[in-house]
Amino acid sequence: MADEVVLLDFRPSPFGMRVRIALAEKGIKYEYREEDLKNKSPLLLQMNPVHKKIPVLIHEGKPICESLIAVQYIDEVWNDTNPLLPSDPYQRAQARFWADYVDKKIYDNFSKISASKGEEKEAAKKELIQVLKLLEEELGDKSYFGGHNFGFVDIPVVSYYPWFKALETFDSLNVGECSKFTAWAKRCLQKESVAKSIPDQRVINELFVELRKNSSTE
Amino acid sequence: MASESSEVRLLGKWASPFSNRVDLALKLKGVPYKYSEEDLANKSEDLLKYNPVHKKVPVLVHNGNPLPESLVIVEYIDETWKNNPLLPQDPYERALARFWAKTLDDKILPAIWNACWSDEKGREKAVEEALEALEILQEALKEKRFFGGENIGLVDIAANFIGYWVAILQEIAGLELLTIEKFPKLYKWSQEFANHPVIKDGLPPRDELFAFFKASAKK
Repeated sequence: MADEVVLLDFRPSPFGMRVRIALAEKGIKYEYREEDLKNKSPLLLQMNPVHKKIPVLIHEGKPICESLIAVQYIDEVWNDTNPLLPSDPYQRAQARFWADYVDKKIYDNFSKISASKGEEKEAAKKELIQVLKLLEEELGDKSYFGGHNFGFVDIPVVSYYPWFKALETFDSLNVGECSKFTAWAKRCLQKESVAKSIPDQRVINELFVELRKNSSTE
Repeated sequence: MASESSEVRLLGKWASPFSNRVDLALKLKGVPYKYSEEDLANKSEDLLKYNPVHKKVPVLVHNGNPLPESLVIVEYIDETWKNNPLLPQDPYERALARFWAKTLDDKILPAIWNACWSDEKGREKAVEEALEALEILQEALKEKRFFGGENIGLVDIAANFIGYWVAILQEIAGLELLTIEKFPKLYKWSQEFANHPVIKDGLPPRDELFAFFKASAKK
């Protein structure tokens, strides 16, 4: 029943994208509701009173907040198809570790790059490339971080891909230096679940321009 | 049940609530382990080998396999040693537990920490945010004895800072954050938590913790 699963989302959001991907991977039908972040719906405020943020997955009327928690929930409930996490506890723990690493390091550096200028900006750009290089090491010769199959670590990393493209365009971030990462990203983008969940790059680019205008003091 | 020959090591820091979470989880499961105290100003070869990414404690090493990040470790412990479960079985309840553990780390702990270390200028706002954070946490507790229900669970462990460290830090800072008047339910929980037979043995000694943070405050 499609009305059993509702997703409160914002198309350009990488966090929303993760839940979209997970739902698509499992073939779950759901109702998609786009939120206007400047005018949040009463439902969103009711379902996520603590953070008031998207995405919120609502299953049988109950909200699940925080993108990676929602992805784990989806994996545990719809556990008969396309597992997103490994079954071995140590490998699961490693997947959780890397997903946490990605959210700390990629997100923080994106914020730094957007908010700073000159030397500080260059330093953050350098650090972001180092993060990608470390991820490439972790990927090794595997097709995906999950091994043969796309999984729990691939999802948050690929969700940042549109932001990487925007930084390439606006900040000359040299993502091309990381050829393994680029190849992996291409592989992910060929997956139907990713292709149909990824926002339009033009929309992302427009948002970047708008955000920078608003935060610029010049 | 893990095999008889399994070797568990914890690289930690006695005063750190994050490191302490792992002690508490291992003790609640009755898992024997070797503890090594790390000097963060002089990191051991082992620490750099086992946590090259963040170079921080805690790190759990199980049969030679390292794992950093306290909440990742606690979930791993729960999945490996199945007695005394720390997470619920139901997927929705598990999602809620993870949500609160994450909210503690992302929002609640930083708010309290900031308030306790804030300077004159930022104090009022920091305290306001800390009180809001405690209010949110108290609401999550509802009428339960522990966040985990009748027994200590993931969220109780994640909230160890609230259950034990806050009382010490607020005294040093001269603040009244978690008090029985302001947050009766949460305060009661903190007493239940700190006096729980296994937890009590797993927490660092109060006087030493007080002295440690008092010394840091002077710097």
